[in-house]
Amino acid sequence: MLYSEAGQFSSSYASDARLFRLRQEAVEVIVVVAVAFGVVPFVGDDYWFTAILVPFLILSLAGIGLNLLMGYAGQLSVGTAAFMATGAYTAYNVQVRLPGVPLLVSFALGGLAAAVLGAIAGVPSGRIKGFYLVVCTLALQFFVEWVFTRFRFFSKDNASGLVSVPPLVVLGHDFTTPRGRYLLTLVVVSVLTWVAMNIAKSELGRRFMAVRDMDTAAAVIGIPVLRTKLLAFAISSFYCGVAGALWGFVYLGTFDPRAWDLSRSFQVLFIVILGGMGSIFGNFLGAAFMLLLPILMSHVASSLLAGMVDQGSLENYKKIVFGVLIIFFLIKEPLGLAKIWRSLRERASVWPLRHW
Amino acid sequence: MAYAFETLVSGLLAGVMYSMVAIGFVLIYKASGVFNFAQGAMVLFSALTFVSLTERGVPFVYALALTAAAMIVVAILIERFVLRRLVNRSPITLFMATLGLSYILEGVAQAFWGADVHGLELGINDIPVSVLGIQLSRFDLFASTTAAVLVVLLSLFASKTRLGLSLRAVADDPVAALSLGVRLPKIWRVVWTLAGLVGLIAGLLWGARSGVQFSLTLVVLKAMPVLIVGGFDSIGGAIVGGLIVGASEKLAEVYIGPFVGGGIENWFPYALAVGFLLLRPAGLFGDHAIERV
Amino acid sequence: MSEGARRRGPLLRLQHIGLSFRAIKALTDIGFEVRPHEVCALIGPNGAGKSSLLNVVSGVYRPQVGEITFDGEPQAYMTPRGAAKRGIARTFQNIAIFKGMSVLENVIAGGNLSFGSTWLEQALRVGRASAAESAARERAERVLEFLRIQRYRHSPVGTLSYGLQKRVELGRALAAEPKLLLLDEPMAGMNAEEKREMGEFILDVNRALGTTIVLIEHDMRVVMDISDHVVVLDYGRIVGDGTPDEVRSNPDVVRAYLGTKRAVA
Repeated sequence: MLYSEAGQFSSSYASDARLFRLRQEAVEVIVVVAVAFGVVPFVGDDYWFTAILVPFLILSLAGIGLNLLMGYAGQLSVGTAAFMATGAYTAYNVQVRLPGVPLLVSFALGGLAAAVLGAIAGVPSGRIKGFYLVVCTLALQFFVEWVFTRFRFFSKDNASGLVSVPPLVVLGHDFTTPRGRYLLTLVVVSVLTWVAMNIAKSELGRRFMAVRDMDTAAAVIGIPVLRTKLLAFAISSFYCGVAGALWGFVYLGTFDPRAWDLSRSFQVLFIVILGGMGSIFGNFLGAAFMLLLPILMSHVASSLLAGMVDQGSLENYKKIVFGVLIIFFLIKEPLGLAKIWRSLRERASVWPLRHW
Repeated sequence: MAYAFETLVSGLLAGVMYSMVAIGFVLIYKASGVFNFAQGAMVLFSALTFVSLTERGVPFVYALALTAAAMIVVAILIERFVLRRLVNRSPITLFMATLGLSYILEGVAQAFWGADVHGLELGINDIPVSVLGIQLSRFDLFASTTAAVLVVLLSLFASKTRLGLSLRAVADDPVAALSLGVRLPKIWRVVWTLAGLVGLIAGLLWGARSGVQFSLTLVVLKAMPVLIVGGFDSIGGAIVGGLIVGASEKLAEVYIGPFVGGGIENWFPYALAVGFLLLRPAGLFGDHAIERV
Repeated sequence: MSEGARRRGPLLRLQHIGLSFRAIKALTDIGFEVRPHEVCALIGPNGAGKSSLLNVVSGVYRPQVGEITFDGEPQAYMTPRGAAKRGIARTFQNIAIFKGMSVLENVIAGGNLSFGSTWLEQALRVGRASAAESAARERAERVLEFLRIQRYRHSPVGTLSYGLQKRVELGRALAAEPKLLLLDEPMAGMNAEEKREMGEFILDVNRALGTTIVLIEHDMRVVMDISDHVVVLDYGRIVGDGTPDEVRSNPDVVRAYLGTKRAVA
């Protein structure tokens, strides 16, 4: 009753195509965004900004990138970290070698470099499907890791590819403080999320899904399948590249190729699976889950089971818990947290009744 | 010239090791259509279990038997709690489930047995043996022989036993096999057990070669290029694929490596696999599926 | 009078088409013509090669031998996208709709070739994106109205009944406003009522929109009722080609179907 959908109709095609068809959804999003921009910067503490909110936003962005590729376009990839690394190192090189280039432009260039790499990685997808594509992206993952480690050029001749980023200055303002980092990340992620939502609801999104569901039928109705797949790879990689640049610049500050190893790719993959494939909102849920669960476990281990569990064992237990959760979600709710959220919302719309 | 040949042979023998892991993949893929990402974790798990038992003074043979039993239990648990609940789901879903499985197995193995490197003694003195003028590692020869024996045993099993026949039936057409009374859960348990046992043997050999440690799971990812080169559903292909991957990796490292700074064995097998995929998507021995519209 | 009616030549002409899969010969020396605005039925026993023939015309298979002349332009083979661009649309035997999308999205997707904005415009919601989306939506809504499935527009197609799914697939093909519509067993699995409805839709499409139709169909009554032209296949070869009446009394056709000398009732 509180959450009734009744009475909300569209009277034009344009209004039916708006981003949020339900007034409630639009209101919720506006509230969240308002709080994120207008309230959190003033009440948050440094720990929350740097250790929780910033990585949460960046991982969500990476999740959106991978989700566009896997959830919407149906192409498997375990090479996400390679695209993130490309974004990070490109942005770094632009910043230190081309003075005067604005920071955000460097991020965008990082994204573009990753997009180009993504398009190349997508070429095999014309002939190769399913698991075989996993191997291609795996090849890319290892290859890129090797390139950034082996070739000192990318890290300005620093041993083992370690780099430290210059201070974060945008339009003359310094964003290096925890609050600054949060705001910078929030702006970039918000804008790119809006774009992703547009894509998902647009003709391009339809083409992605058509290719995902049945690419032969998609070709027969005129969709350029290979071009669509390449575009999916490119756009997805752009997102991962920007996320990588953010991760390296805003979150880490100092990084080497090991920040972008296979386990990072799996981390983003899990975010997408847990959050829900084919959902933009789900990535935020997935990222929150991935980030907060280990913290929760650490707290539980240190407070409730004080001293019984040491750090090393805790890592193993986290692994086990994640593995179990992945399988649990795949069995019980393959559409992820996003679906669970939607089910709750549907319950709310008929509350206090239980069924229609 | 002799050096090149030696490199080739040592690469071939290293490739045998990859083949062993790949055979585990092939068994499961053939019988259940699942690409078992957890194969590497199973190798690690079995090796760690074995090593922990022997380190505690359990005699070799008992440790082997106990570990084999453990792998059987693992297979039963996997079938009961994971496979059974994911019947009829997409291959991607099953693949991701095996990803979750690998995390669980790794976590459990290291939680119980620790994360240190363990040395593994199989009692083979690795004195170089001279064959036809080339220096070969006695250990590598032992590994190859084991692999050959394994393949022969598996082939006999598949063609001569009733269970093996059921396995082949299920691999060919699960629904038809079902209609003939073949019990899928039992088949899956058998296959995953076999894969686990093959993984155990592979784990022992790998462990004896480079110590039992976590990185075993990553090294074992290289079985994927082996499968691509050799085809996902052929044991013979797994052998040949392993040989090709092992040999080319060694040769590339020695001859191309110095030009690009070395360390290319990390990605070369995968690049090779991609090349193969573009030319022959079904692998050397794999089944070329014709899609009916 | 429409441009098509003024044209004298056939809309589709197949000559000496041969198709094999490794050792299996699916089609041998296939040649026939389809005139503009006609309804042509492709019949024959199972395995005769009817679906393969549609696949050749729509570009899914490439024949090893022969020539396809569509709308006056000959070529050795079609590609799926090429066929779509030339104005050929089709449905599939096993309903190849996009299960992850709604009815509306499926139908709009059918009209993708005439979508009027680039992906960048769509991503940033600038330029022609909004107008193009509304135009595509309007076209799709007309198709939904024609097929009387408007109320299901936002339903995920996976949740619909078999008959409705088949209608959605037809809608997706119609959204492209094709010159030639290929229907692969459009009435398979339907009851008498559904068949009647689908038959009416097909006739409507042919008469109201002028679309040339080639359909594969097993129900002889339907074939005799709605088609102007019947082509009979058996073991990958043509054994009959003419009006329904001509074909019905052709002894080769009867033999192919029944194996005896009895005429079809």
